[in-house]
Amino acid sequence: MEFSSRKFADVVVASPVGQIDHPNAQELERALAPLLNEAIRSKTAVVLDFAGVEYISSMGLRVLMVAAKQMRGQSLRIAVAALRPLVEEIFDIARFRHVLEVFPSVRAALQEVSAPALAAYDVTAR
Amino acid sequence: MKRIRFWGTRGSLPVALTASAVRTKLIAALRGAAGRTFATDHEIETYVDGLGMAVSGTYGGHSPCVEIETGGSEYVLCDLGTGVRPFAQKALARHGPASPQTYHIFMSHVHWDHIMGFPFFTPAYIPGNRIRIYGGHAVLEEAFRRQQAAPSFPVDFEALGANIEFVRLEPGEKHDVAGLQVRLMLQHHSGDSYGYRFTSADKTVIYSTDSEHTLTDLSETQRFVDFFRDADVVIFDAMYSLADAISIRADWGHSSNIVGVELCQMAGARHLCLFHHEPVNSDEAIARLLAETRRFEEISRRGKPLYVSAAYDGMEIDL
Repeated sequence: MEFSSRKFADVVVASPVGQIDHPNAQELERALAPLLNEAIRSKTAVVLDFAGVEYISSMGLRVLMVAAKQMRGQSLRIAVAALRPLVEEIFDIARFRHVLEVFPSVRAALQEVSAPALAAYDVTAR
Repeated sequence: MKRIRFWGTRGSLPVALTASAVRTKLIAALRGAAGRTFATDHEIETYVDGLGMAVSGTYGGHSPCVEIETGGSEYVLCDLGTGVRPFAQKALARHGPASPQTYHIFMSHVHWDHIMGFPFFTPAYIPGNRIRIYGGHAVLEEAFRRQQAAPSFPVDFEALGANIEFVRLEPGEKHDVAGLQVRLMLQHHSGDSYGYRFTSADKTVIYSTDSEHTLTDLSETQRFVDFFRDADVVIFDAMYSLADAISIRADWGHSSNIVGVELCQMAGARHLCLFHHEPVNSDEAIARLLAETRRFEEISRRGKPLYVSAAYDGMEIDL
């Protein structure tokens, strides 16, 4: 699994790529930990760009649940965006829309979460 | 082993189909039949059988009790929820009260929904019957005695006529009972629970209910994968959705359909049977859960297909 992140104004967009199965879930947890800590310290929101995620197992979903709990505990927003159809089905079967906000695209997530972040995102997307 | 027969499949609390639920089923069945004609009873039965469980049947409401038919003369059961009452009625109708029988009963744990059928288990009142209750809990006997003590029940345990023995089993060890090899494994549940692996000459059945999977430790997952390895049928606690099981209902001691599929796939099991249904779930909700679980099995499949079913009171699985 690959992992990268970018900051747009007051929102961090994190992009895991590949399969988040049982062994990779711990990798995702390790990658997310400093990013979430920083988001909490700087009071920024997090959007997980799932466009590159091909599959997610229960252990991967648990990592997302823990992240959501951590962020919400600080009254900060966390959302998932751009789910592939198959991953979206897994989210629905697992009832994970109750755990995380889901948006069709990163842009749609930023539009909902932060106007400055959306503006910064649109500048880079040009 | 020849067959598994489900007498009680509901978790936590027995439930009954309501008048309004029956009405909804009838309306759906009649709506589907609009404009059709049925010349024979057989045509009616074929139509009804094609409606699916949510319309033409019910998953039932008895709390856990599962029979494993070994092919031998002695009975083998898992848990003593309210499902044991119809089991006893059938056993007595078959043998009559004057013909002593032996019942081997394996307890996942002694929470109320898993023992509440025992005071109504008629064979326990009949002298000559032999009842052996197996489990991993030190409090096994105490739980049954306390349930029958005043003021909870009018007939004290001491008044039961059958020869009743309690047998403490050690996890990890192999035990030979009624021609089966039995192993048990400690599971995560309030007050502990135990899963069972029953093996005969050519078949393996797993009974793993009231078991929470916290998904925090790969080695814990592997422990279950090893226990479920190559099983013909895995009867699995799928009470909650994954989201509920690991968030708002974490530490409630139950699992989900998704974890059931994953463990069975990793273990190379052939048949996952969803069990210990949430009492608030309607027949329609359980049917939907089954359809979704089958779809998840397709999505996550890496090797051979895993057959998925949802247990209902009265269901039989031929082994």
